[in-house]
Order: sequence, then C-alpha cells, then structure tokens
Amino acid sequence: MNNNGTLISFSGITKFYDTGRVKVRALKGIYLDIKRGEFVGVMGPSGSGKSTLMNIMGCLDTPSSGDYALDGHPVADLNIHQLASIRNKKIGFIFQNFNLLPYATAYENVELPLIFAGLPGQIRKEKVMHNLSLVGLADRADHKPTELSGGEMQRVAIARAMANDPEVILADEPTGNLDSKSGNEIISIFEDLNKAGKSVVMITHDSNIAERCHRIIRIKDGLIEIDERNGHRETSVT
Amino acid sequence: MRIFTYKLLLFLKLIGREFKAQKLRMGLTILAITWGTISITLLMAFSVGLDQQFTKARQGLGNGIVIVWGGQTSLPYQGLPQGRRISFRTESGIIDLIKSRVVGIDVVAGEFLRWGQTLEYEGKQINKLVCGTYPEYEKMRAHYAKAGGRFINKKDMELKRRVVYLGTKVADEIFGENLNPVGEIVKINGMPFTVIGVMIDKLQDSSYHGPDDNYVVIPASTFLLFYGDPFFDNLVYKVKDGIDSKVVEKDLFRVLGAKYRFDPADESALWVWDTIEGEEISKKVFMGVTIFMWFIGGMTLLIAGIGVANIMYVAVRERTKEIGTKIALGAERRHIIFQFMTEALSIALVGGLIGITFSVAICSLFRMLPMEGALEFLGQPTVNWLVAGTTVFTLSFIGLFAGLFPARKAASINPVEALRYE
Repeated sequence: MNNNGTLISFSGITKFYDTGRVKVRALKGIYLDIKRGEFVGVMGPSGSGKSTLMNIMGCLDTPSSGDYALDGHPVADLNIHQLASIRNKKIGFIFQNFNLLPYATAYENVELPLIFAGLPGQIRKEKVMHNLSLVGLADRADHKPTELSGGEMQRVAIARAMANDPEVILADEPTGNLDSKSGNEIISIFEDLNKAGKSVVMITHDSNIAERCHRIIRIKDGLIEIDERNGHRETSVT
Repeated sequence: MRIFTYKLLLFLKLIGREFKAQKLRMGLTILAITWGTISITLLMAFSVGLDQQFTKARQGLGNGIVIVWGGQTSLPYQGLPQGRRISFRTESGIIDLIKSRVVGIDVVAGEFLRWGQTLEYEGKQINKLVCGTYPEYEKMRAHYAKAGGRFINKKDMELKRRVVYLGTKVADEIFGENLNPVGEIVKINGMPFTVIGVMIDKLQDSSYHGPDDNYVVIPASTFLLFYGDPFFDNLVYKVKDGIDSKVVEKDLFRVLGAKYRFDPADESALWVWDTIEGEEISKKVFMGVTIFMWFIGGMTLLIAGIGVANIMYVAVRERTKEIGTKIALGAERRHIIFQFMTEALSIALVGGLIGITFSVAICSLFRMLPMEGALEFLGQPTVNWLVAGTTVFTLSFIGLFAGLFPARKAASINPVEALRYE
C-alpha cells in the first residue's frame, strides 16, 4: 500500500485531557514512524503517556493535535464505521488482563472479531481453528477462560487479535500478569508472528523482554526520550 | 440473513450462560416480568370471561328483542279523548299486520299469560304461570330445549296439540332434579299435556314476567282453546340485522296508531321495552371496565419493565470493560446495541412465556371449579389470541424500551475509559 513501507506515522501528536480540575498533557508532541514488519518495544514509567500512545495508534482515542497516518491514510478523515473496521481488520489488540469474555469459550472469544467482520460461519470456523492452532490451543477450544492458565488465556487473546489477520499487533504489557516462563512463551509467539511478517508494537516494563524487540522507544513525560535499535541508539529527542 | 440468524443464536447462547452466572438477579427480573404477565393475562382473561357471561346473561332474555305492551293514550286524536286503553285484540290479525306493514321487522310473536295455574304430576301439585305463544318465540327469547326435547312448533299450532314445554326450575320441581320428563303427561288445571321439552339452563339478567326457568309454555292455539283469551298480554319482536330499532319503533307507532286510532306521537299509547338500548349501555359500561383492567395490567407490566431497564443498566456498568474490549476488537455501535437489546428482549420474552403458561394453567384450573352463584358470572376466563397477542406485544415493547436506553449508553461508552474500568 505504502511505497516506503511505513505503517504507522505520528507527526506532532499531542493529547490533552481536561478532567475539569486539572489539565493533563499526556502526549506533548510525538514524531514517530513504524515500518511494516518492525518489532517495537515501548518503555517508560507510569503516567509517561505510553498507553495513550497505544490507544491513539489503535484508533481507540483521537489526538488533540498532530497527524496520524495508518498505512498511508490520515486517520482523522475516517468516520466511526471506518474506524471500527480498522480496529477490526488492521489492528490486533492484546491487553495486560487478557480481556477475554468470561462466559464464552476460547473458540467463541476468537470468533468475536470475525462476527464483527460479518464473515459467514464456515470461514469463521476455519479461521478460529487456524489461529488457535497457531498459539497451540486447538485442543482447548471448548474451554472457558476460568479453565485456562494465565499464559493460555493470553494465547487465546493473541489468537483473537490475529483472527482477521491484522497488519499490526498492539500489545499493552502482555506479560505483565504472567510468570516469566509464560511471558517468554508469549514473546516467542510474537517473535514467530513477526518473522512471518506481522508488525508488533508492545508496551513493557521488563527490560529482559524489551531486549528481544528490534527497536525500543522510551517515553518520558509525553515525549520520546530515546528511540534505539538493537541496543544501538539512533535518535534522541529531549 | 444467515449471518444474522447465527449471530442471534450465538448471542442467545451467551445470554444463556450469563443467566447461569447471575442466577439470582436474572431470576428476580424474570419473576417480575412473569408476575406482570400473569396479572395482565389473567385480568384480560377474566375480563373476556366476564364479558362473555354478561353477554350471555343479557341474551338470556333474548338477543336484541323489543317487547311491546298496550298502554293508555295521553293525547286526544281524531275526536277521541285521551285516556283510552290500547289492547291487542287476538282476532284482529295484528300479528300479520305488523309483519306486513312495519318496515324492518324480522320476527314477531304474541304472548298470552295466565298466572296461578295448577300443574299436577303423580299427585304432586304446583302453581305456575302458563304462557301461550308461537314457534317464533323460541329463537327470540332463547327458549332452547335440552337434547331429546323441543319447543312448540307449527304442527302443534295447527293441531292445537296439548303439549307443554317447561322451564328448568318447573321441571325440577315437579319431576325431581335432572330427570328427563319428555313424553311424560302432566295435568294443567286437570287437562293432560305431554311434555315435549325442558329448557337448557341459561343465565338471564332481566325478565318481564319472572325468569324463563319458571315458565310453562303451550301453543297459542291451544291456549285460546282453553282460556279463550281475547287479548295478547304483550308482543315481542326482533328487527332485521343492521336496522335501527328506533326507526322500526316509530313505524310501529304509525301502523298501530292507524289501527287503534291514536296519535303516532303519543308515547304512552304503547309501552315499549327496547332491550337493544340496554345492551348498548351495558356494552359501554363493560368497555369501561375492560379499559380499566388494561390500565392496571399495563401499570403492573410497566413496573416490571422498569425492573428490566434497571438490570440492564447494571449489566452495562458491570460489563463496561467488556464493551471496551469489543470496541477495540472492531465492534460497531449496532453490535453493542444489538447485544443489550437482545438481552432485554430475551428477559422480557422468557418471563412473558412463563407468565402466559401459568395464566393458561390457572384459567384451565379455574374452569374445573363448580360454577355457582357469583362465580357463575366470572364464566370461562379465556386466554384467547387477543389476550395472548396483546401480552406478547406489550412485553416486546417493554423489552425493547427497557433495553433501548441502557444499550445506547453502552454503545456510547468511551473505549479508552471502558478498558481502564475495573
């Protein structure tokens, strides 16, 4: 779609919250390009604005100013239906708390975005089973979240995020609630997906996990402090 | 369409699981709807039963008949003074005159009456009112015979047969209860008469010579043979369908005024009891009662509906995070709205279905009770298509209405805040 391979392009993105009593400046001017196929880790202290960054990236939130182009298209031009469609088809969300529907089975959880996409039953079935096998849980399709371990729940969430074959996986501290072994498994899955061509943007606090990303962006006080590749510092904006 | 159906099935499946997860709250909400449904359905059902019984009772006297007695003139007419009595002389051919000259008359019959006549059967004697009349009287005054019997007919009239048709109570008094006296001989003032029929039990809320179950009916021709009565006590007629009884009444005054020489505008020359008029009034009264019942039932259901809306609001709040997740996964407004609307509608319909089932059961049980006295007027409470249809419609409406606001609220949730919600 885009010739230079840029998938996500932030240009002077700011985000202010007005809670009535206090004005919070969550993002103060972010310039950032993420290319197709990158594996990016986002780090920063609490309140630095990394979640806001992710939400804007995932079209869940809109910037107060600045331009965001996804796959070459300015997001500001899109209506609510197009935004819903982008969240559905181009972006795969992964949450720290997995956010699986507690009363639905693994199968039904993975099926949800396919239903939103309006796909017919047979195709949904194929896709659900394909993605569940991708994360090694095809045999757990009938299990509900309460019958799964934390690592397994997150794997179901990955299968769900992958259901519509998105361009990019956005993961907000995906290993934050997992033991290190399960966390490592999750990161391995991300690495496999990345090798297969998927872009991955992941917030993490764990420097060991961040080490495995190809690029690390450190955010502080709503600005990009450090943007480095493979441990080698490329740019520094302060 | 297939996708929609599947989606619906999936949602219903998920709702089913949710019911399981929130047994108590869902149970209470369904109970509220069930209770509301039972209230409205039973109110409606009993109102239908009551209406049927009242109609039946009204029609016990006859369906849309007019009864006419001779009166006394109050206006001088063609040189004749006021205060003359008007009587329907038997041999005057008045029945044929009315039949041929009054426009809109369907059936007309005269009635002869004689009080205090002795009925005797196997040494048992009772005193009753004997009525001599015509075969037309049967349908007009709802004098239907029990199986195996009949009312008087044309042949009885022609041959002046000594046959008698008995009111239920008369038959019970003289022959004993629930026996079939058809073919038995009973003596009226010493003359033997063959019993040809006994009246079917009927509800009757009005009468002019006492209730029909106390009647003893013989052919008019036979009556004249015995009593030689020169005058009809009264006439009974029925107007043709779709014709205003008031217009016919006016025409009757014109025709009889010409015959008996009284002013057609003289209202006291004839005493007329138009039962159709009373019917209109009691129909209106009953409509009022029905509207009142609907109102009460509707109010009950409304409260139940508020209960559903309430639980839906709670459900929306409890699932704020879930809604946020769904939006992140690409759900559109309609998906979120659909989910909560389906849920509210399901609660309303499940509760409604249980309610209707119970109501039908209660009505069936009620029908098994012996109907006596005041209960008789409750009649047969019936859950008919009108009752069921109204209830289902009301429930759907309440379900949709109760789901609408919470669903809209859910769909307008800010996903960022929703995902942060704990």
